[in-house]
Amino acid sequence: MQDNLQSSSYKELEQKSKYTNIFLRWFLYFILILFASYFIFPLYVMVVTSLKTMEEIRQGTLLTWPSSLNFDSWLVAWGGRGYGAGDTFLRPYFWNSIKMVVPAVFFSTFIGAMTGYVLTKWRFKGDQWVFLFLLFGCFIPFQAILLPMARTLGTLGISNSVVGLVLVHTVYGIPFTTLFFRNYYISVPTELVKAARIDGAGFFKIFFKILLPISAPIIVVTVIWQFTQIWNDFLFGSTFSFGEAAPIQVALNNMVLSSTSVKEYNVDMASAIIAGIPTLIVYVLAGKYFIRGLTSGAVKG
Amino acid sequence: MFKWLEKNLPKIVMAPAVGLIGWFVYGFVLWTLYISFTNSKILPKYELWGFGQYEKLWASRKWLISVDNLLVFTALFLIFCIVIGIILAIFLDQKIRAEGVLRTIYLYPMALSFIVTGTAWKWILNPTLGIQKMFIDWGFENFTFDWLVNREMAIYTIVIAGVWQSAGFVMALFLAGLRSVEDEIVKAAKIDGAGLFTVYWKILLPMMRPVFFTSFVILVHISIKSYDLIVALTQGGPGISTTMPALFMTQAAFHKSQVGLSAASAMMMFMAVAAVIIPYLYSELRRENAR
Repeated sequence: MQDNLQSSSYKELEQKSKYTNIFLRWFLYFILILFASYFIFPLYVMVVTSLKTMEEIRQGTLLTWPSSLNFDSWLVAWGGRGYGAGDTFLRPYFWNSIKMVVPAVFFSTFIGAMTGYVLTKWRFKGDQWVFLFLLFGCFIPFQAILLPMARTLGTLGISNSVVGLVLVHTVYGIPFTTLFFRNYYISVPTELVKAARIDGAGFFKIFFKILLPISAPIIVVTVIWQFTQIWNDFLFGSTFSFGEAAPIQVALNNMVLSSTSVKEYNVDMASAIIAGIPTLIVYVLAGKYFIRGLTSGAVKG
Repeated sequence: MFKWLEKNLPKIVMAPAVGLIGWFVYGFVLWTLYISFTNSKILPKYELWGFGQYEKLWASRKWLISVDNLLVFTALFLIFCIVIGIILAIFLDQKIRAEGVLRTIYLYPMALSFIVTGTAWKWILNPTLGIQKMFIDWGFENFTFDWLVNREMAIYTIVIAGVWQSAGFVMALFLAGLRSVEDEIVKAAKIDGAGLFTVYWKILLPMMRPVFFTSFVILVHISIKSYDLIVALTQGGPGISTTMPALFMTQAAFHKSQVGLSAASAMMMFMAVAAVIIPYLYSELRRENAR
């Protein structure tokens, strides 16, 4: 009875403001679409520009549609022209980035999973402090470690190499991967682990038989997060590598900045798309996991 | 021996993480701190020199401009990201058709690197062929938009690109926050005669205080570390009008052989981040313990 009364007065209220509501809805959609165009605008411009010839770019505006689908700039951005001294193109650097990302993501995820497992299922006195100790690594501005890192890589003989960048990204990924796995494993009932221990299962058996099979979601989140961060990194790439060992973001920046005779904006835009496409694909295919990682590991930015 | 190994296996497995972070984070920060108190130029020297580098730093015009730029950028970046983020979150929360598509559009810039973002915006904002030409071709013949090459205005182009990249993220945080509020609270307020505006302004937004706090911390953190975006968009120019601390640090360290000075600037950045992060971590941990 009480419920009925309430819902009818609620309905009356809705009825009264019906016209204001219709106006508000239109306003709402207008604003939302306005912002959507602000966000989509640069992507649109990038794609359209990359498909135009330089002649078309000079004649039209940012928004004009290309006269034909012309992928020449993409081919030049990816594979170069095949002549000229300053013929730089992205293909080798794209592979550098792949060679850097795959091992760095693997190692940092593995170490993070193991550490998160210990911190939640093999608790010991002071484990909170160990977690805090690791967590702080998420926040440091990397400028505070650049100088000693450069020296260390030099001493180890891996400066200006993909191996060096793998080491750097693995190490500075550990705080994040640990955070992800720790927060995930903490919600797994410890009873499961205790029961397994009584049954005589050891440290690794418990991890591989009990935790790993239920870890798929957090592994996806972690891998996506690490992949995006490492693929998009510029600070480490530009500080610790140059020339042939550079990852793709550094190469893109060099290409765009290189002051050859004529500025080819179509090639620049095609290069930017090539450098952005792997992470964009991941975002479109696995947006849900991407956002989960973002909101829980966002501290790095 | 075997028993000892078995007993300490968890700690042994954890050792690599603790060792690596101890060395590469804490050790390295301490090393940088030490070097900031020396008179190191091209190579690190280990004799202490007092606060000389810090005095030099705060007497340097370029550093002062960097700090000034950082303050302007941070303030605008924060305000625009949070305001846009909240508006989008609240609007999206009104049972919108195609919400998924809109959300995807608002958030995709987060998947791109700042270098890609900077490259795109640099092209859009360039005065000869970009936005300015678009408006002139549309008939606004006196339209000028030369912020990118204008000493006074160039810093705002970095704000435009930065907000474009990060506003969607604030939207995602607030949307998650709003969705976690019980429907009953909103219904009850509506029955009491509160309009939609009042519901948000008086009830929901005040409940979002932790989300404000989180966004604040993350955005400040992003802005103190901003480096890539400036490199891609302006290289700190025209002149040094858009330089920032992170740019100052790398230039001093790797181009100008002022290792001691760059260490001092890095430590200033470290302290700025710590001043924001430590209260945040403290309150987060308290919340977790209270649960």
